[in-house]
Amino acid sequence: MKKYLERLWNGLIKENPVLVLMLGMCPALAVSTQAMNGIGMGLSTLAVLVLSNFVISCLRKVIPDQVRLPAYIVIVASLVTVTELLIKAYIPSLYKALGIYIPLIVVNCIILGRAEAYANKHTPLLSVMDGIGMGLGFTIALTLAGMIRELLGAGTVFGLRLLPESCSMTIFIQPPGAFLVFALIIAVMNAIGIRTRQRKLVESGCDGNCGLCQSPCESAAPKTEEEQKGGEQA
Amino acid sequence: MNNSSLIMIIVGTALVNNVVLNQFLGICSFLGVSKQMKASISLGGAVIFVITIASAVASLLYDNILKPLGMDFMKTIIFILVIAALVQIVEMFLKKKSPAVYQSLGIYLPLITTNCAVLGVALNNVQDGYNFIQCVTSGFGTAVGYTIAIVLLAGIRSRINEKDLPKPLRGAPIVMIAAALMSIAFMGFGGLVL
Repeated sequence: MKKYLERLWNGLIKENPVLVLMLGMCPALAVSTQAMNGIGMGLSTLAVLVLSNFVISCLRKVIPDQVRLPAYIVIVASLVTVTELLIKAYIPSLYKALGIYIPLIVVNCIILGRAEAYANKHTPLLSVMDGIGMGLGFTIALTLAGMIRELLGAGTVFGLRLLPESCSMTIFIQPPGAFLVFALIIAVMNAIGIRTRQRKLVESGCDGNCGLCQSPCESAAPKTEEEQKGGEQA
Repeated sequence: MNNSSLIMIIVGTALVNNVVLNQFLGICSFLGVSKQMKASISLGGAVIFVITIASAVASLLYDNILKPLGMDFMKTIIFILVIAALVQIVEMFLKKKSPAVYQSLGIYLPLITTNCAVLGVALNNVQDGYNFIQCVTSGFGTAVGYTIAIVLLAGIRSRINEKDLPKPLRGAPIVMIAAALMSIAFMGFGGLVL
């Protein structure tokens, strides 16, 4: 049981895909103009991620190693198409708001990254938990950014007016605001994280997780796709 | 089909609706590769090549196969497979012809497959109902916009690296703040009416 909860915690905070690993930045920046869009995008990605982790984990012994990436892409693309059609049919307003970013879930690095880094090495149940954790982490990051941007840019949160209209700074719901808000959220996370991570590092020694490591480590293993991006902020 | 509308597509996709700074496609490699000027230029080249060909092939497939068969909904799957195959070809070509460029691109070359810009352009073209020539033009314009943005950011980053920054801002945050300022600058092109 502990293992499963650890997966959730890992995705939510420790390895939050957007804020720590820097994966899936494109949809995060693009749809976080409103808190509601953030939730919609987050939950759609969560659904695809959980299903793809499950399917890939079930098939991990069947898929030959050399063609695994194309196989993953086909699996993910099929799941995304199903999700897209479902959203189009049942939540047309969300479909309109997210637009092209729904089919683009296919190329969201989080999904392929988790398939490659986790699902193809672990049991289906653990992979599903990993998917839920990562998906929720993504949703929370997007919703948080969406709330900040909506509040500063339009004076509302989830459509509720908190600031008078004259106080709103439109720049925050325009493209530059996305970069600014995410930069500041990540900076705050870094400021909180630097100290705790250093303490943990001393306690546990190197855990091989170079994506989270702040120390200039010489013995870094050959970087995988995920670590390469995680390492950007080190 | 007159020339001025093609020019409008190029200016529109490269500057006004810049793919990275305005539509947030291809952010991963934009933030990742822009550490080095050389790698950014060669990635830009590879992206121009891949996007232009991918949008041509995607447009042909969509108009001639998917649409007549009424298989619109398969477009995401088909497009991503075409792109993956193309990237593979480019990779093999570069490995043979120019190993130096191949080395400097490293992991980011296969990652062009998951560069949302490529799939994004293909899907956008179809959505806008562009014909073949318009698709190729908008693909090329988008890729040029991507290259402009990543090369500019690489230049800015080489200056940032020399500065003594507060620790929490180091790495991703300061790069994104730089990107935000670039994005504000690019918003100026919005006033460009042809």
